[in-house]
Amino acid sequence: MSSVNKRLAAKPADYKSGEKPIWCPGCGDHHVLMSFTRAFAQLGLPSEQIAVISGIGCSSRIPAYTNCYGFHGVHGRSLALAAGLKVTRPDLTVVVASGDGDGYSIGGNHFLHACRRNIDMTYVVMDNHIYGMTKGQPSPTTEPEFDTALSPGGTRVRPFHPLVIALASGANFIARCFSGQPNETAEVLVEAIRHPGFSFVEILSPCVTFRPDEKAWKDLVRPAPVAPTNDQGKAARRLMTDDGFNVGILYRGNRTPFQAMVGTCNTDLLELEKDFEL
Amino acid sequence: MGALPSISIAIVGSGGAGALTAADALLEAAGAAGWHGLFTRTMGPQIRGGEAAGLLRLAIHPVECLPDHFDLLIGIDWLNAHRFGAEIKLGPQTLVISDPGSGEPPPIVTQSAARVVEIPMKEMAKAVLDGRANMIALGIAGRLLGFTTEQVFAPIEKRLAHKGATAIEASRAGILVGFGAAAGIDFDRHLAAPTPNSARRWLLSGNEATALGAIRGGIRFAAAYPITPATEILEWLAPNLVKVGGTLLQAEDELAAINMIIGSSFGGTPALTATSGPGLSLMIEALGLATAAEIPVVVVDVMRGGPSTGIPTKSEQGDLNIAIYGLHGDAPHLVLAPQSVGDCLFTTQWATYLAEVLQAPAIILSDQFMGQSRAAIERPADVAFIGARTLAADIAGAYKRYAMAVNGVSPMAIPGTSGGQYTADGLTHSERGTPTSGAADHSAQLDKRRDKLEHFNFGDHWASVEGNGNLAVITWGSLTGAAREAAGRAVADGIDARVVAPRLLSPVRPEQMTAALEGVKRILVVEQTHGGQFHKYLRAHYDLPAPVRVFHRPGPLPITAGEIHRAIMGWK
Ligand SMILES: Cc1ncc(C[n+]2csc(CCOP(=O)(O)OP(=O)(O)O)c2C)c(N)n1
Ligand code: SF4
Ligand SMILES: [Mg+2]
Repeated sequence: MSSVNKRLAAKPADYKSGEKPIWCPGCGDHHVLMSFTRAFAQLGLPSEQIAVISGIGCSSRIPAYTNCYGFHGVHGRSLALAAGLKVTRPDLTVVVASGDGDGYSIGGNHFLHACRRNIDMTYVVMDNHIYGMTKGQPSPTTEPEFDTALSPGGTRVRPFHPLVIALASGANFIARCFSGQPNETAEVLVEAIRHPGFSFVEILSPCVTFRPDEKAWKDLVRPAPVAPTNDQGKAARRLMTDDGFNVGILYRGNRTPFQAMVGTCNTDLLELEKDFEL
Repeated sequence: MGALPSISIAIVGSGGAGALTAADALLEAAGAAGWHGLFTRTMGPQIRGGEAAGLLRLAIHPVECLPDHFDLLIGIDWLNAHRFGAEIKLGPQTLVISDPGSGEPPPIVTQSAARVVEIPMKEMAKAVLDGRANMIALGIAGRLLGFTTEQVFAPIEKRLAHKGATAIEASRAGILVGFGAAAGIDFDRHLAAPTPNSARRWLLSGNEATALGAIRGGIRFAAAYPITPATEILEWLAPNLVKVGGTLLQAEDELAAINMIIGSSFGGTPALTATSGPGLSLMIEALGLATAAEIPVVVVDVMRGGPSTGIPTKSEQGDLNIAIYGLHGDAPHLVLAPQSVGDCLFTTQWATYLAEVLQAPAIILSDQFMGQSRAAIERPADVAFIGARTLAADIAGAYKRYAMAVNGVSPMAIPGTSGGQYTADGLTHSERGTPTSGAADHSAQLDKRRDKLEHFNFGDHWASVEGNGNLAVITWGSLTGAAREAAGRAVADGIDARVVAPRLLSPVRPEQMTAALEGVKRILVVEQTHGGQFHKYLRAHYDLPAPVRVFHRPGPLPITAGEIHRAIMGWK
């Protein structure tokens, strides 16, 4: 997070654009938006100092519903776009929003490299274990037996474990949240944004339309039984063995964030030409 | 024979023989003495080592293409030299220096009328402490071309500065032996004296010129994914961007690279990436995003043989179609092409300026030939094109990022600007930027993005238009130099020829083209593609007011002035 002047006494409503979301009634993403604006208010950041960057999907529609600068880019590339923004504008607070298809499938390679690169930004994936926007195809986190028109009888393919992959790839902060708990989620987002380096927050956000079964998530989630660790080995064991419903901050690393090479801006351009003079 | 305006030398050798070092040193010596020159290297498929040929042309005038025939060929050895047969044409005027210790010269030599002189370069090198045959070859070439030993030695001394006195001494001794060995050879092809010029020559590749042009135009961020033959642009920018307060980020792939530069530019920092055909293919979707969201970015495509992996180390002009028509939807954007090593600087600077001013992506089509050739040139002139986009400041009331403006360019708010918050979007949007699927907003924004490009005054830089003869050679990119030379020879042969080479390929300039072709009776289109992409492009967008012939062929061999001249003269 950047050290800009804090605007005290900000209210969540100050961070809403007033644009009406396209989301289905009951979609978990409504609550995620609420958590975003609550977290921004709690941080007291001027909304013009925040950039919310996304790809494509229901979840990726979130930037325009905030009153921050936003970028709704192409499918799967939000992390790369955000990296280019943050290294050239370190003064901004950069939050990236994605879905399980956007972030883990088409954008999977960028996920690995964003974790590795450890640029100071927060990556939020609203995981509903389905492609919502394209109407119900399996994503990398969909259960193997889940029946869809594109995968009759299920994919029979093992789901992807985003938190473990984030840890192995070098993410500096890892948390899981449930959209139905907007206050807790906002708290975690505040911590994630404050934590230096690349913070990864997976928010279980039910797709009530194509995964009505996910309404049961509210009864399955529970606070993680142990405090966050900074030990990668311990974190790996916990993440590998939990059932996917422990919520809270699970890992806080202490890697130094990425530092772009920067020099002075007053070098005379004629200096550069000397390379070529005979 | 008297002094010649231009003279060409090829030096070949197997891996590690140092043929390229010798040729590069010769170019530098010539440049320092005030001549112009062009040096291209050609190599076998090995990653490192392997046979190599340095092709060098020196002249009293700017050199933008290779010669039809070489005046001097030095074979340090002939191992695998047959590979270069198609690229090194010899004639009766050619002198070949061959080492009797390294076998028979290849068919390019034995089947030509060239005169062969044997000099045992390897043996002579053995007599020098730590001596190398390529320094003997350099000495021979230096002597035959009329350089002094000091002129030839200076660039070598510079290159070896870090290796210490022994290495430097060994090279000097080798060069002197070479000078001695060439003393008795009768070689009457001498370069005319350079026109006196107080300014120091520049020695650089097109890729380096591109990179400097980018910085001059205002680029302060680059994202990089390596690919032949574009990597040198990125490698030059890495340390030099930092010197001017910018930075470079290595991307995980080209999908990331293009999105990184969009992110940088969205944040207000002008940004560029460089790639070749395979990478450009991966960037196309996001170039559409930059078009729709009106984010200026610059993408340099240093074209190589295609499709697919093609011929990475050789030139072709086959990416014209993807650059102009590759984006889905109606997506007007800028496409520009430099015409020479030096023009890579100007065109990149201009493209950066245009992208910024017009809030649109610009694709620059350079190619392997000019990208990787090194040239001794006059310092490219300073031009005032420095990218400065129209920013939204002091915003009162509801900000409309995509407001209709007279010239189509609407002020852009940069994150941090209070009251300017908006979401940039690839979805069809309203003036405010909010997504819509309404017909009125869709066509209004399509019009806006088309008009801002079409109505802009690009001035005279849109093309090189030279001469007013009634036969027009229309070409583009790195073929411009060869076309110019061919037209010059045709004029000398009594054919009135002109050259028209657009630097701005998109948006098209129909009125300017009509003016450029005023009065022509014949049109010869020249391009380096298999499918005649440029010819089809011309047919689609321009009125060609006279009978047209097309001379086109694919890479890997460069199209020479001689071939174009023959195409002109053969049109009876
Ligand atoms: C290149 C490309 N391929 C495919 C699509 C179609 N598409 C739009 S959203 C989407 C999946 C979104 O899934 P997810 O990221 O999980 O978001 P959700 O809608 O579930 O929130 C796909 C495949 C696209 N927009 N672009
Ligand atoms: S389809 Fe699913 S994910 Fe998309 S808005 Fe509706 S409920 Fe939410
Ligand atoms: Mg999803």
